[in-house]
Amino acid sequence: MKYTVLIYETPTEFEARTDAARKDAYWGAYRAYTQALREAGVMVGGAALHPAGSATTVRQHDGNRKVQDGPYAEAKEQLGGYYILEVPDLDSALEWAGRCPASATGAVEVRPNLNM
Amino acid sequence: MRGDPVGGGEAFLAAELAARDSYGRLLAYLAARCRDLAAAEDALSDAFCSALRAWPRTGVPERPEAWLLTAARRRLVDHHRRLTVEGEAAPQLAAALADAQVDASGRDVFPDERLKLLFACAHPAIDESARTPLMLQIVLGLDAGRIGSAFVVSPAAMSQRLVRAKSKIRDARIRFEIPDLTEWRARMHSVLEAIYAAYGTAWDDIAGADAQRRGLASQAIWFGRLAAALVPDDAEAQGLLALMLHCEARRAARRTSSGAYVPLDRQDVGLWSRPMIDEAERVLVAAAACGRPGRFQLEAAIQSVHAHRAVTHRTDWEAIALLYAGLLQIAPTVGARVGYAAALAETRGPAVSLDELERVPAATVTTYQPYWALRASLLARAGSTKAAREAYARAIGLSEDGAVRAFLLEEAARLSTA
Repeated sequence: MKYTVLIYETPTEFEARTDAARKDAYWGAYRAYTQALREAGVMVGGAALHPAGSATTVRQHDGNRKVQDGPYAEAKEQLGGYYILEVPDLDSALEWAGRCPASATGAVEVRPNLNM
Repeated sequence: MRGDPVGGGEAFLAAELAARDSYGRLLAYLAARCRDLAAAEDALSDAFCSALRAWPRTGVPERPEAWLLTAARRRLVDHHRRLTVEGEAAPQLAAALADAQVDASGRDVFPDERLKLLFACAHPAIDESARTPLMLQIVLGLDAGRIGSAFVVSPAAMSQRLVRAKSKIRDARIRFEIPDLTEWRARMHSVLEAIYAAYGTAWDDIAGADAQRRGLASQAIWFGRLAAALVPDDAEAQGLLALMLHCEARRAARRTSSGAYVPLDRQDVGLWSRPMIDEAERVLVAAAACGRPGRFQLEAAIQSVHAHRAVTHRTDWEAIALLYAGLLQIAPTVGARVGYAAALAETRGPAVSLDELERVPAATVTTYQPYWALRASLLARAGSTKAAREAYARAIGLSEDGAVRAFLLEEAARLSTA
């Protein structure tokens, strides 16, 4: 079964990506996590995303198109990336979510994919 | 019932105290007689609710447990009467519930049925993944969300698992009884394994592995002490308690004050809990006196050797390797194999240890973090930098704890500069 793992990071963690003192540990942890997922044969897809400041949100209500700079919701933690996993059950997906570096500082949301 | 009417505060405290000390014993008593765990839980929880309503008015009763038991029994009989078509079962049930004895001093003495409850929770017919959660909820009253968090399972899923397990006990008529001698060892082993599962992993032999990375340590030790007290001549029950106490004794030394990970060989032995180590050693001696060695006693003995570093200032790795070799004969788990390899690294060197690791089937270690942590440090010691880097990456990716991750990242970074 496929699950999407959505990674929500704090502003501090986003900053770590480019901070000279912290970036090696930050990217090292995510590279290792991705490698572990691949070698366990459970990773189907995924991507790291540019921070929320790079987002643009589009709505089209009642024929009015509204384009806003910024993410969908103003929240302290923002989407930083995602993985798509193929695992036998939710328990397995949650176990992997527990290994994601963001679970220690932000939050990791796990959702089953719809079979289309 | 005597007692002056008191404020809500004292009534609440009395109910709370009764809950903490007696919940398991009361529930075990009720469940053993009506064999319907869910109904017994509901009846007892109703009884606690009505205690909180009544006691502020009437005063805290002289024998709070007796009051709760009576209230719960009444509800159970009513519940059963509603369920049973002819109502035949109700009088029998009432009789069964009525056999609480009152001793000469007027104190209620009802038998401690908790051992029967533990055996029922770990019954072979109960799904293995439900046994530990069942114990935690039934005897300690933990809710599904708390249990789910400890095992990284969604609260809703854990809740369902518990409901199914309790229904199984009722529908399959699983008996609340002490198994007879022929079944004892196997059934006791299931109980002990279920308690151990609540603790997590009770060793920290390998640098970069994380002992008890999940689990409810104090609850597990509570269960360990209960089992050891209920069956004092069961060597493995004593062994399990000793194992958990040894591991728990070192908890404070595993992290610096700023939260950084400290591997076993660098731990400050002054931070190890001497009282806990002493208790562990006493219990282990008691286990050995039973003359029936087993898996948990061997694991406890290994941790006991580690604990001796506090006295001798060195680790007797030969003894540890010997104990692991013995453990592999009776319980060749992945953890034991990796632990054995770690000991071999100290007695025979990294190359022999790596050979031992090669023999562990790849499929059993795809997500087993300690294997990769050990492998990485062995490869680093052997000078295979590229392979070490890959193994470190794997270990980091499988770690669940940020401090362990940070430690391994540093060890890996050291490779490049070596």
